[in-house]
Amino acid sequence: MTGSARAALLAVDGLRVTVPGAGRPILDGVALTVRDGEAVALVGESGSGKSVTARTALGLFPAGADVSGSVVVGGTEVVGAGSGALKRVRTADAAMIFQDPRAGVNPVRRIGDFLTEPLRRIRGESKAAATARALELLGAVGLPDPPRHLRQFPHELSGGMLQRVMIAYALTADPRLLLCDEPTTALDVTTQAEIMAILARLRRERGLGMLLITHDLDLAAAVCDRVYVMYAGRIMEAAPSDVLIAAPRHPYTRGLLGSAPPLTGPLARLTPIPGAPLGLAETVGGCPFAARCPHAVPGLCDTTEPEPEPEVDGDSMVACLRAAELGASLIEETQGESS
Amino acid sequence: MTAPLLEAVGLRKAYGANVAVSDLSFTLEAGGALGLVGESGSGKTTTARMLIGLEQPDRGGILVRGKPLAHASRLERAKAVQIVFQDPYLSLDPRLTIRAALDDVLRLHGHPDRPGRIAELLDQVGLGEREAAARPRGLSGGQRQRAAIARALAVEPGVLVLDEAVSALDVSIQAQVLNLLADVRRETGVGIVFVSHDLAVVRYLCDEALVLHRGVVVERGPVEALLQDPRDPYTRLLISSVPHTGWSPEEISKQRRALIRG
Repeated sequence: MTGSARAALLAVDGLRVTVPGAGRPILDGVALTVRDGEAVALVGESGSGKSVTARTALGLFPAGADVSGSVVVGGTEVVGAGSGALKRVRTADAAMIFQDPRAGVNPVRRIGDFLTEPLRRIRGESKAAATARALELLGAVGLPDPPRHLRQFPHELSGGMLQRVMIAYALTADPRLLLCDEPTTALDVTTQAEIMAILARLRRERGLGMLLITHDLDLAAAVCDRVYVMYAGRIMEAAPSDVLIAAPRHPYTRGLLGSAPPLTGPLARLTPIPGAPLGLAETVGGCPFAARCPHAVPGLCDTTEPEPEPEVDGDSMVACLRAAELGASLIEETQGESS
Repeated sequence: MTAPLLEAVGLRKAYGANVAVSDLSFTLEAGGALGLVGESGSGKTTTARMLIGLEQPDRGGILVRGKPLAHASRLERAKAVQIVFQDPYLSLDPRLTIRAALDDVLRLHGHPDRPGRIAELLDQVGLGEREAAARPRGLSGGQRQRAAIARALAVEPGVLVLDEAVSALDVSIQAQVLNLLADVRRETGVGIVFVSHDLAVVRYLCDEALVLHRGVVVERGPVEALLQDPRDPYTRLLISSVPHTGWSPEEISKQRRALIRG
């Protein structure tokens, strides 16, 4: 892959985050990379640690957390960084878009104030220049009438329109990296397509890298170059999107694929993953997925921690003790379903 | 000729000038499963609320086995139609254990063998003794939704309305609950009205579907036919909005704008 030569916008390595009172680390040995211009997805269920991972890129760690490992954003190490370095990362290198746009705006201030404030305060732009830039950004995210939107209050906009305002806000920092945390989960499906279209266009026009946090494996594979699958604070598998969908190597990825009913093709009974995702209070002996895994071997998987095995190309990895022996059979299961 | 299990005839509901549902009709035969598909503002939740008597239609009516729902007593209505919401916190009393919640419903309906029926229900939805003794707060999202389904099934209703009942669940849990619902349908013959924005999930559970857009049915038919050969542009937009390999959101965005302008 030629991508390996590109500079990393985000490089997470050996990231471990623990909080007092929890039975297991929130994040354990997380490693991932987003290169310049690349779209990468981090997929997982509730409590998998995907949002926590994304937030670490802005130096946002859970309260009272003990953090080790490395998070490098645009060349700056975030773990243990001082406020000056963090400010630079947050105002120039990376910006984040959240699930609920209404939670990120002040309901009693106009959209114009919301957008021009960071431009004036952080960039030191004049009022006129900031307003001109805000108008340009609202146009860039495809809002129909920027001058009118500047005067509007958040409650006057629909969820989809407000999410576009949040994207415009993220762009005020002129970031190289967009961190998108479930940006379309609260939106209708057709609005989701609209937001994804805007993100795709912005990425193309501005050469932005994107880390997309989502629970939706199909969405991740449809819009991203590569996908990381997380479970209980660990990366279970990573691969280029098409490879991950066609030939999953981790039983958890395979389980996620078997859990979603298909929109086309033959309709068989779903094969759900038994049990429920691991809570933070629960402890882990070996592989965190062992208790739910149909392929787990007692005495092995529940006691021995799988070491992530990277592939030669550096874009794929799997953390499963049985990955090598399961390989072909998991692919057969997957293809049996989609044929 | 026997009357259908459930019949909605010319339902209309407006809130002020805002028409939420306009002239909606459908029938559901015993053991059938009908999907009501749409996005926010489509009128699908308003329809669900009318089906259980939480909202009165401005015009039109709902018949259960040929009898108008509007004339039924509360108990009769509860036996005719039950609902499961997206968030089970809304339908389960936080102070009651699951067992007590089930017992309450059965007592209200004068069930002759409450402990026996509770055991049957728990078994049917896959909850054990530990969960039965827990309060909603002590259960996971999936377990709570199982409890809400058990409670809805307690009085053996003719129709089960599921309003985005699996939408808030993690995908692995959602699959478990979908299989549970498919089993319940097969084992009890309950008629299902499945309200959802998710076409794939509707396909998994339903035989027929109505596509709602701004309170109007834009298309209806067997689910497979609807998915394979959609006639209405809005149905086509909904289908193409589902992410898949080779997906082009920018193409869909153009389609959507053309539809909104038109």
